[in-house]
Amino acid sequence: MSNTPFSDGIQAGRLDSAELSENFGDLHPRFDDHEALVAADRCYFCHDAPCMTACPTDIDIPLFIRQIATGTPEAAAKTIFDQNILGGMCARVCPTETLCEQVCVRETAEGNPVEIGRLQRYATDKLVDAGLHPFGRADSTGKKVAVVGAGPAGLSAAHRLAMHGHDVTVYDARPKAGGLNEFGIAAYKSVESFAEREVAWLLKIGGITVETGKKLGDGLSLDGLNAEFDAVFLGIGLGGVNALGVDGEDKDGVDDAVDFIAELRQADDLGKMAIGRDVVVIGGGMTAVDAAVQAKLLGALNVSLVYRRGKDRMNASEFEQDLAASKGVRIITNASPRAVIGNGAVREIEFEYTDNDLKPTGQTIRLAADQVFKAIGQTLEGEGLPALEWGKIKVDDNGRTSVDGIWAGGDCATGGDDLTVTAVAEGRDAAEDIHAALSAG
Amino acid sequence: MANLESDFVGIKSPNPFWLASAPPTDKEYNVRRAFEAGWGGVVWKTLGAEGPPVVNVNGPRYGAIHGADRRLLGLNNIELITDRPLEVNLEEMTRVKRDYPDHALIASVMVPCEEEEWKRILPMIAETGCDGFELNFGCPHGMAERGMGSAVGQVPDYIEMVARWCKEATDLPVIVKLTPNITNILHPAEAALRGGADAVSLINTINSITSVNLDAMSPEPMIDGKGTHGGYCGPAVKPIALNMVAEIARNPETAKLPISGIGGVTTWRDAAEFMALGAGNVQVCTAAMTYGFKIVQEMISGLSQWMDEKGYTSTADFVGMATPNVTDWQYLNLNHVTKAVINQDDCISCGRCYAACEDTSHQAIEMSEDRVFTVKDDECVACNLCVNVCPVENCITMRTLEPGEMDERTNTPVEADYGNWTAHPNNPMSTAAE
Repeated sequence: MSNTPFSDGIQAGRLDSAELSENFGDLHPRFDDHEALVAADRCYFCHDAPCMTACPTDIDIPLFIRQIATGTPEAAAKTIFDQNILGGMCARVCPTETLCEQVCVRETAEGNPVEIGRLQRYATDKLVDAGLHPFGRADSTGKKVAVVGAGPAGLSAAHRLAMHGHDVTVYDARPKAGGLNEFGIAAYKSVESFAEREVAWLLKIGGITVETGKKLGDGLSLDGLNAEFDAVFLGIGLGGVNALGVDGEDKDGVDDAVDFIAELRQADDLGKMAIGRDVVVIGGGMTAVDAAVQAKLLGALNVSLVYRRGKDRMNASEFEQDLAASKGVRIITNASPRAVIGNGAVREIEFEYTDNDLKPTGQTIRLAADQVFKAIGQTLEGEGLPALEWGKIKVDDNGRTSVDGIWAGGDCATGGDDLTVTAVAEGRDAAEDIHAALSAG
Repeated sequence: MANLESDFVGIKSPNPFWLASAPPTDKEYNVRRAFEAGWGGVVWKTLGAEGPPVVNVNGPRYGAIHGADRRLLGLNNIELITDRPLEVNLEEMTRVKRDYPDHALIASVMVPCEEEEWKRILPMIAETGCDGFELNFGCPHGMAERGMGSAVGQVPDYIEMVARWCKEATDLPVIVKLTPNITNILHPAEAALRGGADAVSLINTINSITSVNLDAMSPEPMIDGKGTHGGYCGPAVKPIALNMVAEIARNPETAKLPISGIGGVTTWRDAAEFMALGAGNVQVCTAAMTYGFKIVQEMISGLSQWMDEKGYTSTADFVGMATPNVTDWQYLNLNHVTKAVINQDDCISCGRCYAACEDTSHQAIEMSEDRVFTVKDDECVACNLCVNVCPVENCITMRTLEPGEMDERTNTPVEADYGNWTAHPNNPMSTAAE
C-alpha cells in the first residue's frame, strides 16, 4: 500500500484491507437470539398499532414481534413477507426512524422505540438464510405478464403475479437483477451480497424468468411488450441524473454519485476503488449521504456534503445526517454550486450561500476538491412512455397508467416517497390490480 | 430511621426478614453469608431423622415461569429436605448460633409421624441453641409420598397431634408451617392452635407443573424423560399466600395466632403487605435465590423509609392494620360508584385499554381517528381492566363519584349511604333495611 488519506488526487488503496473491511462491515449487525427476545419483549402489542399504519406495506408488526417473542421467528418472517416480499432489504434500508419506529408508543413514552427494523431483519434473515421460501404458486392462469425493471417495484410485482399463477418475464437493463437494492445502496447496508441472495430467494417461487441487458428503446419496445403480453408493469426507476448546470461541470473528477455507489457495490476489491483526497458531494438526499459516507470510509481525507437549502429541508433523514457526521463528513448547508474550477481536472468548487428559498446572498466560498459527486436528483428516461405528470409516469391508486394494459410503480411513477418500501407496496398493489383485471378478462 | 427489630413469639431478630427453610439455608456457609448480608433470621433447611439422609435427584431440581425480559415470576422445585447428615447440620447450627447470638435461628424439622421420633429429635436439636422450631407439614413433593410433609399438613388431626407432641417435648416456640394444598386454610390453622402451636407460617409451596417439554413430551424439570409435580413459589404465588394469611388473621378462632408470612416476598412492599394483613414477620426464599442475599438490603431500607414516612416506629405499629378491611363480598358497598379516567397527558396511545374493553368487557372506551382514547361513563362499570392492562402506571385511574352525582350508566344519582348485598332488593335472602 503506497497511498494514504493524504495522497494527492484520486487514488486507490488509501486504507489497508483490514481498515476497509472494518469500515464496510454491517451498519447494524443482526440481533442474536437473546437480543431479539429482549427487544421483542418491549412491544406492547398495541391495538390497531401506529407502527403498522406508518408502514407503507402495512406489515402486521405487533403480530410478527409477538411471533419472535414466542420463539417462532419463521412464522414472524411469513407475516412480514405476506405484505412485503422484500422485507429483508427493507429491514436494512427503511428509514424506520421516520416510519414505524417514529410512531412506536414506546418512542412516545420513553423516547426509545421498539427496534422494529432490526427485529424484522432478525426474522427475515432466518428464512432467507435457510433458503426457505414460504409461498407457492396458484394453478397456472395461462396469462403472461411483462415486468420492466428488476428493482424493488418490479420484483415485488413479479412475485405477487407469479403467486397468483401468471407467468412473468422480468427485463432489466443491468447485468444483474435487484435494481437500486443491488446498485444503489451504500455497501454497509447490504453486506454479504444480501441483495443478490434476496433476489435468488424471491425467485424460488417459480414462474418468473429474468432477462438482463434489455431495456426500453434498446431491445425492447413498449408497444411490442403490450402486444405480446397480457399485461405490462413498468418499474424502470429513474435512469437519468440531473446536471449542476454550472461552468466547468465537464472537468475530470466530476462524477455522478449513483455511478460511484454502483461501482463500489460491484467492486470485488475495495482496495482498488479510487477516491479523492478532498471530496465534495453536492446534494441533500440519501444518495448524497451514501456517497459521502462511503467516500470517507474509503479513506478520503476531507469529505464535504453541500446542500443548497437548510438542514431541515434535506431529504436525508436525521439518522442519515447523524451517521454522516459521525463518520466525519462535514455537512455544509445553504450553499449552491456556482463554478467548477480547475485546469482539466477539478481543483476547487465555488459555492454561493443561498437561503431556504435559494435567494443568493452574494457571498461565496471555495472548497478544495479533487473529486466532486453530483447527487441532486434523478430523472425519468425513455421515449414513448405513458402520459407523464411532474416528470413521472402518471398512475392511479392501482398503478394504472394512461395506456390500457400498462401499469407502473416505484420511483418512475407518481406517488410514493422514492423509498424501497413504497416501491414494494406499489409493485404489490399493481400486481393485485393486474391479477384482478386478468381474472375479469 | 425506623426500628425494624422484631419479636416473633419471643424470638428476637434485628429485622423481620427471615430466610425460609429452603436450599439457601442448607448449610453454615450460606447462613453466615446471609447474616452478614443483613438477614434478621434463618429457618435452617428441614432436618430429618438420624441415619442415612435422604437423597436428591441428580438432574434438574427447578422449573420456572418467566415474565418479560426473563424475569423470574415463579419457581418450582423437587428438592427434598436436607440431604446432609443430621449431626453435620447440628454442629454447624451450633457454631452459627454461637457467632450470631442476636440473629434468629429456627430449626425446621420433618420426621415420620410417630410420637417418639418427634420427642427424641427436638431436644437433640435444641442443644444447638436454636431459638425455636418450625414443623414442616408443607412440602408437597417427595416427602409427602412417604407420609410426611403435606401428607401430615393435609390432615388437621395429625397437625394437632404432632404439634402437641412437640410442645410436650420442648419449651422453645413451635411454629407450624402450613401447606396451601388444601381446600380451607382455616382447618389446619385451627388444628395447629388446638395442638398448642405458638404460631403458624404460611404458605409452603403449591403443587405444580411449570411447563411441558414439547419435544420430549415430559413435564419440566425433566429427569431422564420424566417429571413430577413440584412446589411452586416466587412472586406468582404471593396473591394466594396473602389471601390465606388474611383468612387466618380475620378468623375469630385464629385471630390471635401469630403468623409468619411466606410466599413471593420480593420487595419491602411485599413484606409490608403481608404484615399489614397480620403477619408478624416474613420469610423469603425465591427472591434470594433469584438475586442473592443482598436483596435484603433493599427490603430493610425500603421498609424503614416507608415506616418513617408513615410515622410507624416499630413493625408492631402496622401489623394487622389491614386485617379489619378484609371482608366478605356481601358486605362491599354497592353504592360506591367509580369511573375510569384516562389522563391524556400520560397516554401513549397504545390502545390496549380499548382492545381490552371493546373485545372483552363493556365497550366503554371510545377511540377517535387520531387515537385519542376516552371513557364512556354511560357504559363504564368500573371493572378496572383498563387500569390493569395500561402499560403506563397511573395513566388510567378510577374516580369516585360524589354522593348525588349522576351515574350515567344507571341514570341514577349516587347514594350517600352504605348499602350492601344483604339488604339489596335483588337478593332473595335480603333482610329488609330498617
